[in-house]
Amino acid sequence: MNTEKSTIRKIYEWHEARLPIVSWLDHSLGTKYPVPRNLNYWWNFGSLAMFMLAVMIFSGIFLAMNYTPHVTMAFDSVERIMRDVNYGWLIRYMHANGASFFFIVVYIHILRGMYYGSYKAPREVLWWIGLLIYLAMMATGFLGYVLPWGQMSFWGATVITNLFSAIPLVGDSIVTLLWGGFSVDNPTLNRFFSLHYLLPFVIVGLVFLHIWALHVPGANNPLGIDAAPADKIPFFPYYVAKDVFGLAVFVVIYFAVVFWAPNLLGDPVNYVKANPLVTPAHIVPEWYYLPFYTILKAIPNKLLGVIAMFGSILIMFALPWLDTSRVRSASFRPVFRVFFWIFVANALMLGWCGAQLPEGLPVILGRIGAFWYFFHLVILLPMLGWLETPKPLPTSISQSVLKAAE
Amino acid sequence: MKKLLLAAAAVAALNVSSTSLRAAEHEAHPPKEDWSFNGVLGEFDREQVQRGFQVYKEICSACHSLNYVAFRNLETLGYSEAQIKTLAATYDIDDGPNDQGEMFKRKGKASDRFPHPFPNEQAARLANNGALPPDLSLMTKAREGGPDYVYHLMLGYEDAPAGFHLLEGLSYNKYFPGNQIGMPKQISDGVVTFADGSPNDAAHIAKDVTAFLHWAAEPKLEARHSTGLRVTLYALLFAVLAFFYKRRLWKNIPH
Ligand code: HEC
Ligand code: HEM
Repeated sequence: MNTEKSTIRKIYEWHEARLPIVSWLDHSLGTKYPVPRNLNYWWNFGSLAMFMLAVMIFSGIFLAMNYTPHVTMAFDSVERIMRDVNYGWLIRYMHANGASFFFIVVYIHILRGMYYGSYKAPREVLWWIGLLIYLAMMATGFLGYVLPWGQMSFWGATVITNLFSAIPLVGDSIVTLLWGGFSVDNPTLNRFFSLHYLLPFVIVGLVFLHIWALHVPGANNPLGIDAAPADKIPFFPYYVAKDVFGLAVFVVIYFAVVFWAPNLLGDPVNYVKANPLVTPAHIVPEWYYLPFYTILKAIPNKLLGVIAMFGSILIMFALPWLDTSRVRSASFRPVFRVFFWIFVANALMLGWCGAQLPEGLPVILGRIGAFWYFFHLVILLPMLGWLETPKPLPTSISQSVLKAAE
Repeated sequence: MKKLLLAAAAVAALNVSSTSLRAAEHEAHPPKEDWSFNGVLGEFDREQVQRGFQVYKEICSACHSLNYVAFRNLETLGYSEAQIKTLAATYDIDDGPNDQGEMFKRKGKASDRFPHPFPNEQAARLANNGALPPDLSLMTKAREGGPDYVYHLMLGYEDAPAGFHLLEGLSYNKYFPGNQIGMPKQISDGVVTFADGSPNDAAHIAKDVTAFLHWAAEPKLEARHSTGLRVTLYALLFAVLAFFYKRRLWKNIPH
C-alpha cells in the first residue's frame, strides 16, 4: 500500500494550515459538533428556518433583477415577471409564499423554545439573538410587501408607518423620515426596496451569532436537563440525515402551496394597482402580523396601542426572568404545560380577531386575548414557577432513553 | 409526528381564514363552480377560452381594457400567427411622435397590448355614469372568490328587493359588494353566437368569458401545474428515501 499522501490531501492540508475552514465547518455542523441524542422533530425547525432564509435570498436576488422600484412601474414590472420572464412566475410565487412559510417555521421554532424552556440559563443570549432575528424578519416582510405596489401594499404601508406618529414630540418627524416626504410615495418605495434588500443580510449575520451562541452551551433537549458527553452524538451524520428528511417533507408542503394555491395566503386586493385616492374596504396586514395587530387595536388609545404592540414582542426579551421555574422542559411541568397550550390557542385567536372587521365579538375577544397574552407572561409565569410542583427529573438523558427503550 | 401535523394544520387553517373570513356581509357568497383549470393537472379548455375571447371582444372590450395581455399571447390559445396579425390590425393603436413631431394612429401589431377603449379615465367615467370600468387582466385574482365571483357577478343581476334604495344609473347585483353596480347587465341568452354552435345561453357565455379572463390573469397556470407535479413527486420520493436512510442510520442509537 502507498503510504505517501495523495496530492489532493497535501493541497488540502496546506490550505487548512492557513485557513482551517473545513475544520471550522466540521466543528460547527459536522462530526465534531455533539448534540443530545434525544431531540425530537420539533428540533428540525431551526434548520428549516435556515433553508427558508436561503430560499428568500436566492429568489429575491432574481426578482430584483427584473423589478423596478418606481411608483409608475413597480406593479407592471411584477406582472412582467409573472408573464414574460422565464420562470418568473415560479420565482415570484416561491418568494411570496416563502415569506409565509418562513414565518410558520420560525413561529414553531419559537414555540418549541418556549415549551422546552430553551430560553433559560445558560441560553438567554441565544434567545435574544433569536428575537432580534424575528424582529428583523418582521421588518423585512413588511418592507417587501410594499414593493409590488398593489392596493394593500400602499395602504398597509400608510397605516403601519402612521403608527409612529403616535410617538410624542418626534413622531411626525419620524414618519416624514420613513416616507421621504409627506405621504407614502416614490421616495418611500425606493427606500423600502433598498432596506428590503439589506435586512436579509443582517439576518444572515444574526444567524451566525445565533449558531455561535448555540454552540457555547450546546442544544437543549426535550428533557431540558443538561446533556453529559455520553448523551450526545455527532451532528453529522445523525442530525444531518434527520434534518434532510424533515426538509424533504417540508418542501412537499411548501411546493403544494406554491404550485396549487399560490394566492391562498395573499390578499386579492393586492392584485389591484395602488391608488392613493381609493381606500380598500378593509385594510389588513399579512397573516403573520395579525396577533400583534389585534393587540394594537385592542387599546382605544393610539399611543398606548402602539406601546402594547411593540411591548408584546419586546417583553419576550425578559422571558428568561419572567419564568421563575428552574425546570426547563414542560414535560415535567404539568400546570405550565396546560397554560402553554392556552397561550398558543390565545395567540391563534388573536390572529383570527386581527382579520375581522373591528366591530362586535372580534373586538371583545381581541381585548380578552390581549389581556391574557400579557397576563400569561407577566403574572402567570412567575407565579407558576413558585407554586407548581414539577415532576421528578431523570438523572441523565441516557437513563431516561434506556428506560424508554426497555 | 401527529402533533406536528396537527399544529401545521392549525396554522394553515388560521391563514386561510385570515383571507376568506373577511368577505363582506351583505352580498351573497358565490357558489363554487367546476372549472377545467382546477385540480392537480387542471388545464384551460382551449375551445372554451377561445369562445370567451370572442365574448370579451364583442361585448366587454367596449368598456374594459386588458392591459397586460398582448395579441401575441393569444398564440397559446391556438391562434395562428397570421390570425393574430389580422386580429391585431383591426385595432388602432396610438403611437408617435413621428419625424414631424406628431402623434399618429397605426394598425395594431402582434406585440401590442389590447388597447384602452377610452382615451383616459375621465372619458371612461363620463361614458359610464361616473363608474370606472376596471382593467380585466387580473380580475379573477383581484377579487375574493376569484373566477367563481366573476362568473356569478355576470349572472347576478336581479330586481332590487322592496325597500332597497337603488341610486340612479346603478343596477342591483346579488354578488357585488354593496349590491349596487355601475355596470349594467351585459350577458343574457343569445347575446353572442358561437361559430362552433356551442350553447349560448347566459350561463354558458358567462362561463366562457370567465375562463378567458382567468387565462388572461394566470397565463402560466398550465406550466405551473405540470412543473409542480413533477417537482413535488420528486421531493416526495426524496422524502421517502431520506426517511429510510435516516431510520437505518439511527437503528442502533437509543434516542
Ligand atoms: C358599458 C360598459 C361595460 C361593458 C360593456 C362591460 N362592463 Fe364590466 N364594468 C363596467 C363598469 C362601469 C364597471 C365598474 C362598476 C362599479 O365599480 O360599480 C365594471 C366592472 C366590472 C367588473 C368588476 C366588478 C367588481 O367586483 O369590481 C367585472 C368583473 C366586469 N366589469 C366584467 C365585465 C365583463 C366580463 C364584461 C363583458 C361580458 C363587461 N364587464 C362588460 C362597464 C362595462
Ligand atoms: C432566521 C431565523 C432563524 C434561524 C435560521 C434559526 C436557526 C437556528 C438553528 C439552526 C438552531 C439549532 C437547531 C435547532 O435547535 O433547531 C437554532 C436554535 C435556537 N433558536 Fe433559532 N433560528 C432562527 C430564529 C429564531 C428565533 C426567532 C428564536 C426565538 C426568539 C430562536 C430561538 C432559538 C433558541 C432558543 C435555540 C436553541 C434551541 C435549543 O437548542 O433548544 N431562533 N436556531
